[in-house]
Amino acid sequence: MNDTIVAISTALGEGAISIIRVSGEDAINIVNPLFKGKNLKKVKSHTINYGHIVYKGEIIDEVLLSIMKAPKTYTREDVIEINTHGSIAVVNKIMEILLLSGCRLAEPGEFTKRAFLNGRIDLTESEGVMDLINSETELTRKMAINQLSGKVSKLITDLRDKIVALISNIEVNIDYPEYEDIEVVTINRIKEEVVEMKSKLLEILKISADGKILKDGIKTVILGKPNVGKSSLLNSLLEEEKAIVTDVKGTTRDIVEGSIIIGGVKLNLIDTAGVRDSNDVVEKIGIEKSISLIDEAELVLLVLDSSEELSEEDKFLLDKTKDKKRIVIMNKTDLDGNNAYDKEVIRISAKENIGIEEVKEKIKELFNVGTFLSKNLMFFTNARQIALLKSAIESLEEVERGVNDEREIDMIEIDLKLVWERLGDIIGANYTEELVDNLFSRFCLGK
Amino acid sequence: MKYDIIVVGAGHAGCEAALATARMGKKTLLITINKENIADMPCNPSIGGSAKGIVVREIDALGGEMGRNADKTLLQIKMLNSSKGPAVRSLRSQADKVTYKKEMLKTLEATNNLTIKEGVVADLLVDNNKITGITTEDGETINCDACILTTGTYLKADILVGDNRTPEGPHGEKRANFLSDNLEKLGFKILRLKTGTPPRIERSSIDFSELSREDGDDEELTFSFDNTLYYDYKNQEPCYLTYTNERTHKIIMDNLDKSAMYGGFYEKLGTGPRYCPSIEDKVVRFKDKERHQLFLEPESMYYDDIYLQGFSTSMPHDVQEDMVHSLKGLEHAKILKYAYAIEYDAIDPLQLKPSLETKVIENLFTAGQINGTSGYEEAAGQGVIAGINASLKLDNKDPLILSRSDAYIGVLIDDLVTKGTIEPYRLLTSRAEFRLLLRSDNADLRLSEKAYNVGLLSEERHNKLLNKLKQMEELEEEIKTITFPQYKCNLSEYLKRPEVKITDYVDKLSKTYDKEVLEQVEINHKYEGYIAKAKKEAEKMIKLGKKQIPDDIDYSKVDNLATEARQKLEKVRPRTIDQATRISGVNPSDIAILMVYLKRFYNE
Repeated sequence: MNDTIVAISTALGEGAISIIRVSGEDAINIVNPLFKGKNLKKVKSHTINYGHIVYKGEIIDEVLLSIMKAPKTYTREDVIEINTHGSIAVVNKIMEILLLSGCRLAEPGEFTKRAFLNGRIDLTESEGVMDLINSETELTRKMAINQLSGKVSKLITDLRDKIVALISNIEVNIDYPEYEDIEVVTINRIKEEVVEMKSKLLEILKISADGKILKDGIKTVILGKPNVGKSSLLNSLLEEEKAIVTDVKGTTRDIVEGSIIIGGVKLNLIDTAGVRDSNDVVEKIGIEKSISLIDEAELVLLVLDSSEELSEEDKFLLDKTKDKKRIVIMNKTDLDGNNAYDKEVIRISAKENIGIEEVKEKIKELFNVGTFLSKNLMFFTNARQIALLKSAIESLEEVERGVNDEREIDMIEIDLKLVWERLGDIIGANYTEELVDNLFSRFCLGK
Repeated sequence: MKYDIIVVGAGHAGCEAALATARMGKKTLLITINKENIADMPCNPSIGGSAKGIVVREIDALGGEMGRNADKTLLQIKMLNSSKGPAVRSLRSQADKVTYKKEMLKTLEATNNLTIKEGVVADLLVDNNKITGITTEDGETINCDACILTTGTYLKADILVGDNRTPEGPHGEKRANFLSDNLEKLGFKILRLKTGTPPRIERSSIDFSELSREDGDDEELTFSFDNTLYYDYKNQEPCYLTYTNERTHKIIMDNLDKSAMYGGFYEKLGTGPRYCPSIEDKVVRFKDKERHQLFLEPESMYYDDIYLQGFSTSMPHDVQEDMVHSLKGLEHAKILKYAYAIEYDAIDPLQLKPSLETKVIENLFTAGQINGTSGYEEAAGQGVIAGINASLKLDNKDPLILSRSDAYIGVLIDDLVTKGTIEPYRLLTSRAEFRLLLRSDNADLRLSEKAYNVGLLSEERHNKLLNKLKQMEELEEEIKTITFPQYKCNLSEYLKRPEVKITDYVDKLSKTYDKEVLEQVEINHKYEGYIAKAKKEAEKMIKLGKKQIPDDIDYSKVDNLATEARQKLEKVRPRTIDQATRISGVNPSDIAILMVYLKRFYNE
């Protein structure tokens, strides 16, 4: 924890400026000798200082340097941000100098980790920050902001309030069994509330699953027989949106080969080789591989040829993908129509750029993107939270089982408490005192 | 004169502490202000209640006296929550205030190594931060190797009625004037706490005819695992029920400025407990409630007082008269003793170790209300533990520390020494996260072996425990052999169904098992899934509990701790990581940092 760490905070590239951030107790000691300008040990905290980075007598760049002293900084340590010109060469040179002068290259997320460990932000917030850093699209940025501003916490807090009302009522029934004018919690009341809570949690889980897919990118496969127009489809999707194709090897089990962003949604294309080469996927890699591709995919774009009859391959692919989120696309509508396929289908001509918009709309519809973009939906985007949510739902199901078996209320309450705790784990809340406080603010008791 | 151990105060904590040390072979002196008031119940005439009843069972399982003494003096007893699960069942009794004191005194006097003396302790003799003796207000000096303070509400006690403040203890007793100031000088932080008690009414002046009657259970029940019956369950004393009404509430609201609590007579008032509010408090805080329930409880067969539970107040006497007379059945009631509030000094329990030894002075232990708790049972539970640990300390042995999954007493002490308290602390079932493990029925299985190992539990009771365990084992085996072909299972499996009762199949068993054995085995099967879950949660805690924090840790050297966390950790000085997680103001990130530090510097 005591190392002074450094990283390039802005995306490396040809932007107007780049920011290099240094954090740690030696930040000022390390940067000061390299900075020709005011003495950084004497300047006030939270000031911006003009000067030059000079190394071995050579001016490396003209910079603006922000100095922020502990504890009112992002990491609660001394932080220096060097605003350099955006050239990759300059940024790399300064980084090199800083590393030689005693800084250590920060691990991904290490600034946020320090902010968390130093107690500046709580767990959900830190997760929000990590997501914000990693967000590539407007959509994921919005999700991260939601989390950061504590909206998720609020949602969970509201649900926990409901449970705690129920639990403290049960507890009062247990601790004060002789008080007959206190409402007694019945199994039916628990049943009603549990049904309501469960549907709420399940909804959050469902949205969260979509949200996670949207955040991480939709694993998409474009299928179709040879020459059906898979690559033209891809190209028209790309062209229109000026999308970026990047190599993101290693992100999802080496299967994703490229990502495109369409209408704010990231598609992770699986096995684009087949698409790019416009070769037949099924033929090239074999039936087996395409089945595993289909299993892996979260979205299937299945392209049919409008000018030809349905082939055996088409029928095979239609059958294999019938339970997936898929869009059946009838390409080449500019040619004569000979295809008798009569189910839901989007007719396009990739060549003439007709119907592409519809495909995009359909993708958004399938993943509720409109709702995600327009409303402030409450959902979780990281694996830890989703796992806890699932475990809360499992405990809720145990409650239901107890209710159905007509177990004693205080037994059923054990699982109800677990639901409450798991939800508390999501937002990092403390347990027993909270309950006891609640008990006495709600009920009138005592000798 | 020199004793091994001096116990200061002979309330419920003091009696248990002195009995424990004497029974463990330590030459013990028990000092009390007034011998007549040993084991007095200055408030409600009741032992047990929700959670508290389980504490009494635990005290008994540890070799303490409260359960047995209550059994000898029962006016009424019932099992609370009998329609709920086994985890929350708890015994509640009305005990006779006169015979309770008498029986306890008899037991104390019959105990070897135990001397009782009247006196008021004024100061402690301390050498090198270690206790060496006490001095009394009469100037007498008595030496000891260890001392247990169980002073109850007597430290600088004030009685509050209306605008009257009188410097005395419960029912006009002498208070201890000097001890708390001297404790402060020795380095203790002193808290000012407050509690109250309701009026006592003359039995013959109450019209019971229109009040509803509350009886004891129609079966034989005992607190003690001795299972000796001292009462006739067919002939128990009833309690009665009445309610406040609109008129009562109006009297209270009209006179609020005369209440000691609400009148603003005193700048600094002690903190009162939330679970034991005065009737003024209830009426003010819960304005929309039309009525509040009140219980009429007999105090003794030897005098005429009826305790009016739920009606504690610090109103002046004339207002109390009006309030009482507004109640149904009490229109012509004669008040024998007026209600009062009492304010007293306590020490900050954060200055205690989990053994109940103080961190400030070695070999000095404290138990009961001086530690900021409330309730006879809570006091007695601490008394047993303080007695055991003072004796173990003199033998250079490790203290007996009960965990939160061992006993309610463990929950109580852990809460006290980890979280401290700002109001008199009362145990509640909701404070125990593993209450399915902490049942009334299994207190002996949880604790008696431990008590035997430290030398407090008698040989006879230990044999009883071994016999129970043996029977349970046999029964477990036998029920596997009784099969139900129609359900394709044996009795062991069949018992898991909620509606199946083992008592319905006793004629199929080869021998007669004890009632307790049948009950135990049935519970273990019926609630197997839930018990397993609770055990799993408890294990998480136990695992963190094994991560010890060295006594000499210097929190100023642990980098990156949040300032609040550092201060709290320094104050509490938790023994384990598990305990540290329960300190308010210590966040998960602080725990992570602490664990990293321990790993690095102690190779933990």
